[in-house]
Amino acid sequence: MTTRRLVLTRSAAVIGAASAGLLLPQIVRAQSDKLRVGLMLPYTGTFAQLGKAIENGFMMALNEQGGKLGGREIEFFKVDDEANPAKAIENANRLVQRDKVDVLVGTVHSGVQMGIHKVARESGVLNIIPNAGVHMATRAQCAPNVYRASFSNSQPTLALGKPMMDRGHKKAVWITWNYAAGDEAFEGFEKSYTAAGGTIIKKLGLPFPNVEFQALLTEIAALNPDAVACFWAGGGAAKFLRDYAASGLNKNIQLYGSGFLTEGVLQAAGPAAEGVLTTLHYSDSLDTPRNKKFRRDYVNAFKSQPDVYAVQGYDSGLLLLKGANAAQGDLSNKKALYGAMDSAVIDSPRGQWSMSPSHNPIQDMYLRQVENNENKVIGIAGKAVADSGAGCRMA
Amino acid sequence: MSTPKPQIEILPRGVQVLLAVGAVALAAFPLVPSESAGFYQQMVTQMMILAIFAMSLDLLQGVTGLVSLGHAAYFGLAGYALAFLTPADVPISLWWSLPLAALGSGLAALIIGFFVVRTHGIYFIMVTMAFAQMVFFLFFDNRALGGSDGLYVNFRPHAELFGWNGINLDSNIGFYYLTLVLMLLVYAFLRRLLFSPFGRVLAGIRVNEHRMRAVGYSTFGYRLTAFTLAGALAGVAGYLWGAQTGYVNPELMGFHMSAHAIMMVILGGTGNFAGAIAGAFAFEYVMHLFKDFTKHWQLLMGSFIVLVVVFAPRGLMGLAERVLGKRKIP
Amino acid sequence: MDLANFLIQLLNSLQYGLLLFMLAAGLTLIFGIMGVVNLAHGSFYMIGAYLAWFFTAQLGSLVLAIVVGTVLAVALGWLLEWLLFRHFYKRDHLDQVLLTFGLVYIFEETRSILWGDDVHAVQVPELVNWSIPLTENLSYPVYRLVVAGVCIALAVGLYLLISKTRLGMKIRAGAFNREMTEALGINIRLIYGVVFALGVGLAAIAGMIAAPLASVYPGMGSSVLIMCFVVVVIGGIGSVRGALVAALLVGLVDTFGKVLVPQIAGMAVYMLMALVLLYKPEGLFKQ
Repeated sequence: MTTRRLVLTRSAAVIGAASAGLLLPQIVRAQSDKLRVGLMLPYTGTFAQLGKAIENGFMMALNEQGGKLGGREIEFFKVDDEANPAKAIENANRLVQRDKVDVLVGTVHSGVQMGIHKVARESGVLNIIPNAGVHMATRAQCAPNVYRASFSNSQPTLALGKPMMDRGHKKAVWITWNYAAGDEAFEGFEKSYTAAGGTIIKKLGLPFPNVEFQALLTEIAALNPDAVACFWAGGGAAKFLRDYAASGLNKNIQLYGSGFLTEGVLQAAGPAAEGVLTTLHYSDSLDTPRNKKFRRDYVNAFKSQPDVYAVQGYDSGLLLLKGANAAQGDLSNKKALYGAMDSAVIDSPRGQWSMSPSHNPIQDMYLRQVENNENKVIGIAGKAVADSGAGCRMA
Repeated sequence: MSTPKPQIEILPRGVQVLLAVGAVALAAFPLVPSESAGFYQQMVTQMMILAIFAMSLDLLQGVTGLVSLGHAAYFGLAGYALAFLTPADVPISLWWSLPLAALGSGLAALIIGFFVVRTHGIYFIMVTMAFAQMVFFLFFDNRALGGSDGLYVNFRPHAELFGWNGINLDSNIGFYYLTLVLMLLVYAFLRRLLFSPFGRVLAGIRVNEHRMRAVGYSTFGYRLTAFTLAGALAGVAGYLWGAQTGYVNPELMGFHMSAHAIMMVILGGTGNFAGAIAGAFAFEYVMHLFKDFTKHWQLLMGSFIVLVVVFAPRGLMGLAERVLGKRKIP
Repeated sequence: MDLANFLIQLLNSLQYGLLLFMLAAGLTLIFGIMGVVNLAHGSFYMIGAYLAWFFTAQLGSLVLAIVVGTVLAVALGWLLEWLLFRHFYKRDHLDQVLLTFGLVYIFEETRSILWGDDVHAVQVPELVNWSIPLTENLSYPVYRLVVAGVCIALAVGLYLLISKTRLGMKIRAGAFNREMTEALGINIRLIYGVVFALGVGLAAIAGMIAAPLASVYPGMGSSVLIMCFVVVVIGGIGSVRGALVAALLVGLVDTFGKVLVPQIAGMAVYMLMALVLLYKPEGLFKQ
């Protein structure tokens, strides 16, 4: 064989292999009668725990009702979104355009949600949000095919202001990270606290994801407010609780927060979290038969304790079931599908909640106090708290 | 304290044939019928955009020897430029917005380059990373610039020119061909540059900067020019990314994006731009493969990267050269 | 800001700076002496923290955990050097960047498989688990002072090691001219191995003693890495003294920046770096 022929045949072989390989991911999907559910969640990285809990809850809801949607079998497609907004559109398209899912359940991180939201709006695919609280999804950019089964960032803090004033804490300092979620949480706090007559002496902020709190704790001590209200989550929340207690501030200045301050971190925070008051749409210790049953079943199925994320995943499943059952499995029947979901009243472990016109839950917010490493519900901080839905054309 | 490894600048004939075939395959790709044609066209378009990004980095890294851990800053900036330039109600024209965005990225590269190019070696690497982080935080921390949630690009730019409405950029196929043409143009331009007097000076700087200075070249100027040019070309890629996805966020300027670009260039083989293209495609493809395969794809990805670096230091081009034979220079 | 407040903030910056120094010292050593870019440095910090958590749970004592953890971390460093890094001293910085980046992926995923993704706490040892009251509202945790003390002790130890011992002399010689040192009969391979293990050990110890303060969670490695790099850049590569000065500077800028100019606090440290580079492109101190 001449060199030229050798080169050409080898090249052809390589190209052939490569092209075949390129088409490989698209495993021929036989036309089936199965309903395609896409899950776009963080399966790796900082939010992996949340992704897992949401998926567990979601699956549990579906399995409780026979593992079928509107009588149809389900085929699952999963994508790890890595909580990376840069890949959000690509990952969402994988599910929507390649795998042709009928519904996309996702996600946790607000930045990634922005990407999913764009794809959802452009493709019209049904999108159920099991966590991300970014405002625009149910405000300025709301859409008939996007439903949220969790909360909006300002909802928990909308219920924070009154309990603080009720306890005589008239002057407060607010502290959080300087990023979108922190700003949105502040919006709720500012509204409710000032409406109840409180004064926000100072608004402190830390660049995300900085967790060196010492400087600002010193500042808080100098300002000497009646109370501190905050929004932190995850590792940062655990550290803040410990630093706050270690600095002795917890003796004189009561700490309040959006409930995520004490979600999933009480083990790590330990005694430092004792007495902290938070508001959230759920609590592990909620003493209702519904919640107790949910927790029992979850522990049996997954051998671990559920948290608010598991509940949100569970409710996403319940919501989808309502819609799919009403449409009898035919998700292209938008009238039946949206009709059922718009008017849905979800019998959730967090209590009953309904869908607002802008597709966000209208739900009770509980006032919780940390006692013995547990978020004890000591009252209802706000009844039927709704997100304003400002700028939403459906509201 | 590092020996520059011999780089492939003149491509072996076999590789040249492969590239030609590849170009034809890319041109013909959208015509292949498939159930999820739209998705695959988008996927390959994205690979081509990343190929342009990788080529721009190759100019900096492979040719001039400046390892930048912050190249994504210029990539992301152009995407943001597009987002800011696009009003809420109408699309803007590709013809002026693309050059403007690329110019903007180039300008940013010039300013940052002025600080950064005076450093060398390991220093340069870390300093580029730190400056890119600064740009990242500038956007992440400021609501006015979109903040941590990023910005939508309201409309994809259009390609109308004096009434001629030839390419419909709103369609997957139209945008695909635009990207393909741009990628080939950038490739041709850079190959030309590589063998031009300017390119030869850059290569000389990579091999031995002191010698170049001794011979009389002002290396600072040349390095800064390379840095700026690379930034502008990264801007072309970033603009296309913003136009394609319609969504920009600070992560586009972040460390991970820069690191991915470096990996693409090394995977493909540095210094000849064909490697950058091959590396971009291969890297993206492998990542898609791993992600589809297992939840622990990061372990596979990390091992893959380590294996490539240990066993194939000259990347795919190096392997191709071994398999297809060196080009005999007449 | 009154005097008392100012002094307390000064204390805050000092303590943060010292911890940063410990991390940066390892990085600058590896950079300066072996010329290796190590992006996985943050991962060693994380590994240290997780080891501290794991062994404190097993052995019941943080101090014991730190001892065991340090031995393991140093062993890991030695193993990595022998297996991988040794072959990369002569390679391009590019290849080193890539190698260490791949390692980060591997470390993160291994950590996830071994220890999961939850947030964990490490208990502060009872002996030092109290606070000194500073004002009527504010107390200062004694453990933070302990951490600062350990960092200072390590800094002094490092200084003594490098400038006053024979090993330190060999290290400095090897950094200056590897071939000549080898020609003189010194086992430079061993020296490099020692330095690498030392760098890794320092990062891991930083993670271990910081664990009770910082909590242990995924992603903790990447957040410290960039700050580390900034410190090394400002201080000068290879200069431990520079790393100390730079770390304290960064501590000051970060602390007072947050309090005085919160709007640009995120960028403040990078602006400091830009300023330093404008006048001293090689950092504050030479090797």
